[in-house]
Amino acid sequence: MSSAFASSRTSGSEIVKELAFFAVIALLMSVMILGVETVDRPTGLELAVRWDLVLIAIGSTVIGRLALIVRREGISRLAQAILITLAAVCVFEMFVRFREMDDRWAPPVVLDMAFGSVSSMIVTLCFLAIVFAIAYFSMKEKSAAEVDESTKLSSKIQVAYRSNTKKIGLIGIIFFIIFPFLFGENRSAIDLATLVMIYIMLGWGLNIVVGLAGLLDLGYVAFYAVGAYSYALLSQNFDLSFWLCLPLAGIFAASFGIVLGFPVLRLRGDYLAIVTLGFGEIIRVVLINWYDLTGGPDGISSIERPSFFGLAEFSRRVPEGSIGFGDLMGIEYSSMHRLIFLYYLILALALVTNFVTMRLRKLPIGRAWEALREDEIACRSLGINPTNTKLSAFAIGAMFGGFAGAFFATRQGFISPESFTFLESAVILAIVVMGGMGSQIGVVLAAVVMIGFPEMFRELAEYRMLIFGAGMVAIMLWRPRGLLSFRDPTILLNMSKKEKVAGEAK
Amino acid sequence: MSMLKIEGVHTFYGNIEALRGIDMEVNEGEIVTLIGANGAGKTTLLMTCCGSPQATKGRILFEGQDISRMPTHEICHLGIQQSPEGRRIFPRMSVHENLQMGASTQDPKYFDDDLEMVFDLFPRLKERISQRAGTMSGGEQQMLAIGRALMGRPRLLLLDEPSLGIAPLVVKQIFETIKKINREKKVTVFLVEQNAFHALKLAHRGYVMVNGNITLSGTGAELLANPEVRAAYLEGGH
Repeated sequence: MSSAFASSRTSGSEIVKELAFFAVIALLMSVMILGVETVDRPTGLELAVRWDLVLIAIGSTVIGRLALIVRREGISRLAQAILITLAAVCVFEMFVRFREMDDRWAPPVVLDMAFGSVSSMIVTLCFLAIVFAIAYFSMKEKSAAEVDESTKLSSKIQVAYRSNTKKIGLIGIIFFIIFPFLFGENRSAIDLATLVMIYIMLGWGLNIVVGLAGLLDLGYVAFYAVGAYSYALLSQNFDLSFWLCLPLAGIFAASFGIVLGFPVLRLRGDYLAIVTLGFGEIIRVVLINWYDLTGGPDGISSIERPSFFGLAEFSRRVPEGSIGFGDLMGIEYSSMHRLIFLYYLILALALVTNFVTMRLRKLPIGRAWEALREDEIACRSLGINPTNTKLSAFAIGAMFGGFAGAFFATRQGFISPESFTFLESAVILAIVVMGGMGSQIGVVLAAVVMIGFPEMFRELAEYRMLIFGAGMVAIMLWRPRGLLSFRDPTILLNMSKKEKVAGEAK
Repeated sequence: MSMLKIEGVHTFYGNIEALRGIDMEVNEGEIVTLIGANGAGKTTLLMTCCGSPQATKGRILFEGQDISRMPTHEICHLGIQQSPEGRRIFPRMSVHENLQMGASTQDPKYFDDDLEMVFDLFPRLKERISQRAGTMSGGEQQMLAIGRALMGRPRLLLLDEPSLGIAPLVVKQIFETIKKINREKKVTVFLVEQNAFHALKLAHRGYVMVNGNITLSGTGAELLANPEVRAAYLEGGH
């Protein structure tokens, strides 16, 4: 193969040393995780030792490392493809055995599968061939022309995206609007779309704080919780309707945003992140322990469902004095009506969030957020009041979190502190970061990837999170600055636009 | 009448006394320069005028009003703008957006005229209008920093080392423009510089700062001729 690596050949003993080093690391990592297992026996729980798993883990690590060495030294593409295939077989074997939960020594499952019957042999061979082919061809070194071509392609995609942002956004909105008509009878599709939409809204809300103002907030779920609990409590204790509670929930969440904002005004970056993380936990712990008000870990149940703007109810048995949605519209009752209504409600809320954000970006306050993210001292010396600017970012971001929370409460009908753990904050932040800080369409993409895909592939059970993790790693490798990672100037001078048009006409 | 009057100002960073009782003044219509070695406290004095950090002792009067206890962002509203040390432009925002940020204390009705005025002074910025500010050269970034400060319609312009890290030819150009700003736009300029030769040639009056004290003052020409100043700041360099 290439001779570029020929000069850097490492000696045999160095390779052995390297392999031994990785074997030890694999041993250390796997011995506690894979090697020891609790087994439920009639006599009680027992510890079982799974040396086979540890061995296979070490084996696959060493083989994989060997493949990397072969690649590094540029020895032979064939050899490295074989090694990678072997490593893949080992990993597969490990998973199968891990699921079996059996501590007796058994012959390799792979052999069983390969020689069990003709059909399974064919499947196994196909699998091996595919892995081999991928390993063989992906290791091919790209020539300069090919690299050039691929960067050109990605920059073309970027240009296409930039010049068509509005169209893409419009197509997206239209798709989400007609979505219930496409999947009208499919309850799980509507449910999933509603869930994704909640996270899109939360992502857009957090984007104001993190993407625009550059304030890293790890406790955003606190505002979501405040919104949800304010709706639940107001509607249960004071019998207020959803439509009245929605703005109130936003106001409550916004005031909590300001409460959080004041002590952290002087903090930036990591320090800010830790304090906001703590704030999120404080809210959750208060919700758990303030039993009289919040019901503690039991949560609040049978929260009132929203009516059709106070005109009609969605339930089958309509209470005295109001009419059903079906009667109002002159159509037959269906339990889907409420779900579709909820879907449109969150769609509208999310679009409002987006619209407000886009408008704010063009207003002085939005510009001030962005400038504050870039350089706080410069901002201050230009006459921008950093206190007000930061607090307004926290408050407005929190307000949208509160709206989403109120919606969440009315959709679920039941809330408890369990829904507002740190993991939620992390997921929302991941959506914003993966989408590309400050990119509105990026947030949509990331929410679909982060929320939609794991839900869709629920059948994969425990492997779901594994694939999810691998996906995250892949995104960080290939798109380290987010799926859509570029920021255009919000405003171009009219003059320069005209010039552009003139330039294109030539 | 003096526009900016600094009376016995002491400034501390923690326990370290950076300014040890500074007295100086800038009269309306003047270019006043402050020269001194690294770490003498020049930037500290400029930043103290802007309220960050605030003076521990002493008074700073701007047109008769004591500004030494005011927060930074309110001081700018009085008509003081600065181009800070290291330029501190907003690197990921476009040139146009940077200039908009500069105008944030002003009524939007002035914006178009002011933009025209800045582009007149720095035609290079007009060419770069939609470019990300961080991708421009050092000299262009300095022009942007000064232009951004001018967008705030200052009556007093504070400039901190506009020659830092910029090619000599561009330095000359920038100093020409500072002169023009002072003469044609009637903006009083307080210039902090290490490049003593250029600064003193440009300035009406100058001050020399050593270890947080003002040791010498006089007209630009006087200081240029002063043997001490020549020995400490001019010989060797020029």
